[in-house]
Amino acid sequence: MAAIEILGLEKTYMVGFWRKRPKRALQPLQLTVEEGEIFGFLGPNGAGKTTTLKILMGLVFPTAGTARILGHDWTDPEVKAQIGFLPEQPYFYDYLTAHELLDYYGQLSGVPGKDRKRRIEEVLQRVGLTDIKGVQLRKFSKGMLQRAGIAQAILHNPKLVFFDEPMSGLDPLGRREVRDLMEQLKQEGKTVFFSTHILSDAEALCDRVAIIHKGELRGVGAVADLTATVQGKVEVVWQGTQIPVSMKALGAECHVTGDTVRAVIPENQQDAAIDALRRECIRLIALTPLRTSLEAYFVEKLQLSPTATEKTLGTAV
Amino acid sequence: MNARIFHIAANTFREAVRDRVLYNLIGFALLLSGAAVLVGQISIDIERLVVINLGLTAVSLFGVVIAIFIGIGLVSKEIEKRTLYTVLSRPVRRWEFIVGKFFGLAGTLVVNTFFMAIGVFGALLYVVHKFSKPDALILVALYFIILEFLVICSLALLFSSFSSPLLSAVFAFSLFVIGSFADDLRGFAGMAHGVTRWVATGAAYLVPNFSALNVISAVAHQQPMNSQLILQNTLYALFYTTMALSGAVLIFERRNLK
Repeated sequence: MAAIEILGLEKTYMVGFWRKRPKRALQPLQLTVEEGEIFGFLGPNGAGKTTTLKILMGLVFPTAGTARILGHDWTDPEVKAQIGFLPEQPYFYDYLTAHELLDYYGQLSGVPGKDRKRRIEEVLQRVGLTDIKGVQLRKFSKGMLQRAGIAQAILHNPKLVFFDEPMSGLDPLGRREVRDLMEQLKQEGKTVFFSTHILSDAEALCDRVAIIHKGELRGVGAVADLTATVQGKVEVVWQGTQIPVSMKALGAECHVTGDTVRAVIPENQQDAAIDALRRECIRLIALTPLRTSLEAYFVEKLQLSPTATEKTLGTAV
Repeated sequence: MNARIFHIAANTFREAVRDRVLYNLIGFALLLSGAAVLVGQISIDIERLVVINLGLTAVSLFGVVIAIFIGIGLVSKEIEKRTLYTVLSRPVRRWEFIVGKFFGLAGTLVVNTFFMAIGVFGALLYVVHKFSKPDALILVALYFIILEFLVICSLALLFSSFSSPLLSAVFAFSLFVIGSFADDLRGFAGMAHGVTRWVATGAAYLVPNFSALNVISAVAHQQPMNSQLILQNTLYALFYTTMALSGAVLIFERRNLK
């Protein structure tokens, strides 16, 4: 069973004061997210990521289309007991402490009283919020609020978790911890759907990604497949700072960093490059084919015209 | 009451109780009751009348200010600060949110009125030294004041469900002022002719009739209250509150939370 099935959801807002005109925030979107996967929803700011999440959460009503979450209609309130949601740049009732906030959300999600206290301590520990008893949320830093937001999203042990820009406001260590947490959630059999514009996070975490731009889906696929395209070039890395003359003759673009040299050469020149290094008695460290990065794929999809996208979508979805 | 409505109401009550502005307003109301003692002492033979009039008016006015001040932000502030997102992404229906907010604010006002009423009775006891049987009528006036608060709360929520806090405050306060003169408006409608009569009559019955809920002067003058008036006012306030709350729910059910 698919965790999320988005069937032609679209959203058009009426903008302007006197003469209202339609503005399409989301073009008809078809997307399926399988159970147990980490799915990245990528796109630049204003692409339609948050609009999609808001529609799925019932905060915004779609102009057309429908969706199914965990096999049920997405408007069914009882489905929401099985999902968790972290909004972008979350803001909570600042007069509450983290314990009070989680207790309130636990009550609304129907977590029984006897389990609630234990779950609150567990999730606070899990997101690294300790020694905060009695501290009101108004005294929390941005990173601490983000952690509290993640805690409330997983408090009721949901099957499916939606994170809108979960790394926002976190320091490098915090980002690493959230990445680890998302991987743990996957290992527990949960589905994670997260939106981001930080491609390195998506590349490191996601099983599959979708790219959205100007409200239009530009591509979907497994990260491994999207980055599998070999560019016909190889990267050669060797020890030292010396660049053999014969290597330059191969048309290598060389970069010296510390006591290593990296050179990119055409694939058909790789044997000649190895011979050149061997002749000079230089130690070869690595020889790897250059693959398309997720960033390159992302940029390519963003630059495609809508018509070109329609052509590629048929194979991507 | 279902559990989710109760939890939303309890959180709304907690928010109000932790707001310092609330204590300032209650402080002012108690100060006014205290001032009634001073005014009562220099009002020969009408101390009782002055203390009840001033005290209950303070309870009513400050309660209305609290109801409007807190009520106008109940929905719009939650949308603006996006705290609503993490509530409505749970198994909470939108109507439960509105009804929970209403009960939370109404509960806050009932508790405030209780404490302010203690202030009024304290001031009265200080001036007259001993309660008499007609003083029990103060409880009827306090009950009507609470009914007035319920109507104001529901109106503040109604406006808060579709407009900004500032506009909501203007709308709610204007309705309170017009509603306080509802009897005069009905009198004017009775004297007018033609279209004016129709418009004035329509407006007079549309605005909440707060003048019917104001029995402060009658209580101060120890005029008896019949049970029919209590029943009528109760039904009227509950009907008006239900209508305003239904309007708030209808609007909020269709609203996109951008």
